[in-house]
Amino acid sequence: MSEVRAKVRKFIEDNFLFREDGSAISDDTSLLDAGLIDSTGILELVAFLESDFGLQMADADIVPANLDSIKAIVDYVETKIAKQQAA
Amino acid sequence: MRAERFLTDSASRYPKKVALVASGRRVTFGELDAMSDRLATALTQRGLQRGERVIVFMDNCWEAVVGIFAVLKAGGVFSPINPSTKADKLAYVINNCRASAILAQERGLGILEHAQPHCPSLKFRMIAERDYAQVLEREGAPATMPGIDIDLCMLVYTSGSTGFPKGVMMTHQNVVAAATSITTYLENTADDVILNVLPISFDYGLYQVLMAVKVGATLILEKSFAFPQAIFNRMREERATGLPLVPTMAAMILGMKDLKVGEFPHLRYLTNTAAALPPAHILRLQELFPTSRIYSMYGLTECKRCTYLPPSELAKRPSSVGIAIPGTEAYVVDDNGARAKPGEVGELMIRGAHVMKGYWENREATDRALKPGPFPWEKVLHTGDLFRTDEDGFLYFVGRKDDIIKSRGEKVSPKEVENVLYALPGIREAAVVGTPDPILGMAIKAVVALESGSDLTEQNIIRHCAKHLEDFMVPKMIEFRDELPKTESGKISRRLVGALEAAE
Repeated sequence: MSEVRAKVRKFIEDNFLFREDGSAISDDTSLLDAGLIDSTGILELVAFLESDFGLQMADADIVPANLDSIKAIVDYVETKIAKQQAA
Repeated sequence: MRAERFLTDSASRYPKKVALVASGRRVTFGELDAMSDRLATALTQRGLQRGERVIVFMDNCWEAVVGIFAVLKAGGVFSPINPSTKADKLAYVINNCRASAILAQERGLGILEHAQPHCPSLKFRMIAERDYAQVLEREGAPATMPGIDIDLCMLVYTSGSTGFPKGVMMTHQNVVAAATSITTYLENTADDVILNVLPISFDYGLYQVLMAVKVGATLILEKSFAFPQAIFNRMREERATGLPLVPTMAAMILGMKDLKVGEFPHLRYLTNTAAALPPAHILRLQELFPTSRIYSMYGLTECKRCTYLPPSELAKRPSSVGIAIPGTEAYVVDDNGARAKPGEVGELMIRGAHVMKGYWENREATDRALKPGPFPWEKVLHTGDLFRTDEDGFLYFVGRKDDIIKSRGEKVSPKEVENVLYALPGIREAAVVGTPDPILGMAIKAVVALESGSDLTEQNIIRHCAKHLEDFMVPKMIEFRDELPKTESGKISRRLVGALEAAE
C-alpha cells in the first residue's frame, strides 16, 4: 500500500466512516453516493490534503473526479505531488 | 385546485418541453405526466386508497418526482423523508401517520428492512431501481385522480422541541396558495431553469419541484453542493436562471478562490432562506453576481414561507427578511397579544391560505401553534419566532422562543439528539447546544458527562449518533465535562451550558 493511500484511507476512516464498518468501503466507493461525506466533509478533506501533502488546490480541482473515492483522491494527490516536484 | 394540476396543466401546455434533468436523464412534461399516471395506477392496483399516506424515502432523483405526483394522482398524501433517516425514526414516522406504502431506493433498503417489521400499517413498498421499470413501461389509461382541493396533499415532518417530529398537514389549497404566492414575487415563468441541490425531503427543496412544474420551468436536480465547482459547471451548461441557497452554500461560494465577478449572466435570481444570511455575505454575493437579484426570505414548514425582502430593498435594509409574501399577512404581537410598535420585539403571527391545518393527530401541539386571532372565525399561526419591525414595517428576525438549533439550514431539536445520546451506555448527562460556525451557521455540539469508569471517546459518541440520527443532526464535536450545569430544580440547563460556551 502506498504511503499516500494509507494516509488518505486513515483520514477517511477516522473522520467519515461513522456509518459503516470500516472494511465495508472499497477504494472505488463513491463517498457521496454512500452518504459518507457532505459539503463540510469535502471542506475538511481539502484542508487535510492541503496541509498534510502541501498541495495548493484550485476550485477547479475540487470536483468528484478528483475527490469522490479513495482511489480518486490517491491518484489526484500522487499526480499533483509529481507535478509540484517537477516544477 | 389540486397540486397534481400543476403537472397536468403544464403537460398539456408544454408536452415536449424538458421538465426535469436528474441523474443524467432529461424528462419532458409529457413524459413526467405519463409516468406518474402509470405509477398512480400501479399504486391504486396495489391497494392505495384515497387519503392514505405514502412515504417518499428518496434523494433528489427523477423517481422521487414521478412518485410525488403519482401519489397525488392516486388520491394519496405524500410524506417526504430525508434519505439519511435511520431505522428508528423511519419507523416512528411510518407508525405516526400509519403510512400504507413507501417509495424508496436501493440505498435506503437496509434501513427500510430494519424498520419494516415494526410497521404494521405498510401494505406495500416500491423500490425505484427494481419496481419502477416494469410499471412505467406499461401503457394505461390516465389516473382516475380522485379527491378535492381541501384534501391533504402532504405531511412534512418537522423537528419539535419535545424531540419527536410532528407531521405538518398541508392541504392542496395550502400548497397551491404557497406556490402561487412565491412564484409571483420571484416572477417565475416557463423560461426559468432552476438548479436545485437542496434535498426534496426538505420543504425548501420540495417547493422547487412543485413551483417549477407549476410554471412550466425546467428543474435541474442535483444531489449535493459538496462540489460547488461541479454545480457551477452544471449552471453554465444548463444556463440556470434560478439558484436557491441556504447560508451554508453561500458561505461555501464565498470561500471559493477562483470565482470571478459576473460569471453567470443567465442567473436571474438567487434565494436564501432557512436561516439568515449575514449582511456581509449578502453584499459579497451581490458583488459576485452583479446581474442577479438576491431574495432574502424567511419561513417555517407550518406555512412554507412567511416573508421575502423585495430585492430593491436589499441595499437599504440588508438584515431584514422583508414583508409578508403576496396574499398573506405577517405581523408582530407583544406579550398581551396587541400589535407591537416598530422596534418592539414580539412573536410573529401569520395569516393566509398557506397556513397548515395543524399537526397530524397532535391536538396539543396544534393548539399551541394555531390560536384564535383578531377574528373569532379563524385561527392564526404563532411562529414561535421573535421579530421586530422598522418604521416602514419591514420585518427583522430576532431569535427563537424555543431551543431549536438551525444547522445547515435545517431544524435540529436538541432534545432529539440528547435522547439518542442517553441511549448510549456510559453517558450520564448530556446537553446539546449550537455553536457558531462560519459554514454551518450553527454547528451541533454535545456536552456530556460520563459515568465513572466509562472510556467513551469523541469518536465512539459521534459514531453512535450517526447510526441513529439524520446526517445534519449528528454532533460535529463532543465536549467532556465532569458535570453539567443545572437549574435550581436540578434540571440540566441547556441555557447555562450555552452561556458557559459563550463565555469561553
